[in-house]
Amino acid sequence: MRILNASGCLDTLAAPEVARRLDAFVTKTVTPLPREGNAPPRIAEVAHGMLNAIGLANPGRDRFLADHLPGLRELGIPLWVSVGGFCAEDYAETCSQLTDLEAVELNLSCPNVDEAADSAAEIVLSCRRATELPLYAKLSAAHPNLAEVAQAVAAAGADGLSLINTLRAVALDQHLRPAVAHGSGGLSGPALKPIALHAVSVCREATGLPIVGMGGVETGRDALEFAACGARDIALGTVLFKDPGAPARVRAELEAACDDAGVVKPEDAESLAKSPETGRKVPA
Amino acid sequence: MQSLASPSTHRVTGSERIGPYTLLQLERGDLDPGVPGQFFMLEAPGRLLPRPFSLCLAPPGELAFLVDPVGPGTQAICELQAGDRISVLGPLGHGYRLDVGRPLLVGGGIGIAPLPYLAEQLGGSPAVVLGFRSEEYAEAAALLPGAEVVIDPVLVTEVMPGGYDVFACGPEPMLHAVAELCPGAQLAWEAPMACGYGACYGCVVEIDGALKRLCLEGPVLDAARVRTPVEVVA
Repeated sequence: MRILNASGCLDTLAAPEVARRLDAFVTKTVTPLPREGNAPPRIAEVAHGMLNAIGLANPGRDRFLADHLPGLRELGIPLWVSVGGFCAEDYAETCSQLTDLEAVELNLSCPNVDEAADSAAEIVLSCRRATELPLYAKLSAAHPNLAEVAQAVAAAGADGLSLINTLRAVALDQHLRPAVAHGSGGLSGPALKPIALHAVSVCREATGLPIVGMGGVETGRDALEFAACGARDIALGTVLFKDPGAPARVRAELEAACDDAGVVKPEDAESLAKSPETGRKVPA
Repeated sequence: MQSLASPSTHRVTGSERIGPYTLLQLERGDLDPGVPGQFFMLEAPGRLLPRPFSLCLAPPGELAFLVDPVGPGTQAICELQAGDRISVLGPLGHGYRLDVGRPLLVGGGIGIAPLPYLAEQLGGSPAVVLGFRSEEYAEAAALLPGAEVVIDPVLVTEVMPGGYDVFACGPEPMLHAVAELCPGAQLAWEAPMACGYGACYGCVVEIDGALKRLCLEGPVLDAARVRTPVEVVA
């Protein structure tokens, strides 16, 4: 089980020592044009989570490719680039310009910008034609028919799934005004974990694709639960904010959690969650 | 700055009320107190995210932070008692440059927080002007003996003498007013932060005409880097 960061939750150039403790670094989402992002306040703590409304702040495709990507390569860790846009062509054009990466993650689910007009499957299909790099589709658990969306992106050529993104949410301040200036934001943190575990389980059963599980992973035990639901890898998001040492800590805890659960490696937990002896399985 | 690893755990050695504020003292452990104006992320017990605080005092073997209980996180920190333990990460960000000729420290409200440690590091009893909203808040001036203190409606900018190298910390309107009077001032800014090391992109402030992360650029900024809001002339 590899440990990644959730896109947008770590700036490798600002904190290279944190990124070097990951098995791969996922960039903040790159859009065709530069985006300054939303006005502050951008973050708010809520019970068991936090809201963010950053708004896909990024230097845009051209500056990312020319100025940022070379610096990221110098870190010497496997790279994933998160790609965003507002139509299938946006995504495909960026994908066509990317080479020599471990994978591309298609951000099909940012809650802080309007949804792309094209469907997730249309975007994946366009990107599939534009690149031979492994494509991971990052989906939202807010889809009422998530299993169908997962099957559609699998049929369109996705190599894997990233599950889940933050969920659109609202928090109010003491004067009953939105706590983030954008109004709504993306909910992250421990509050997401049960939702993410279900999404992973459903999509694993529906597609069999490799899954990067994320949403409230704080400990090695959390990571093992994602493995039990069918995630091959996990990503750390909000936990990095309070603990930049989380990658090494979670990795060490995961070993101990495997011992406690009586499994040799995390992926063995998937069969445990579907044990015929108990008759209980993770509900998909 | 300490290498970015997991935060270290520190024992609370004391907690003292100063007016409405609480001066929280922690065992220093291996933490470097850093440069005045730098900040530390302190665990807020029972909350998901830590909270950023500049260092107020650095007694031998300890670190002390002045906390204003403005929300559930800061209230939880103010309720800590000797013997409790919290995790701490820091020092982070960029602090004040100390190589000036005639320092004047200007603080507004909880903006007094970094000034006692700054005065100590500057040495030679620098001039200090402090403004507070009421007598109760002004009790915090005891942290800087000899300071000139004004109470609302008198503003610190009305009593600031000219010809000094200004170090300021306080509410945004005060910092903008100080920047207007002293374009060379160093201003300690504030913003909500989830991480303190550039990961969350939450703490942006308009710096050099663009939204930039305060934790990486500041929190101490040259006045020239911060745009003064255009005043609407009636």
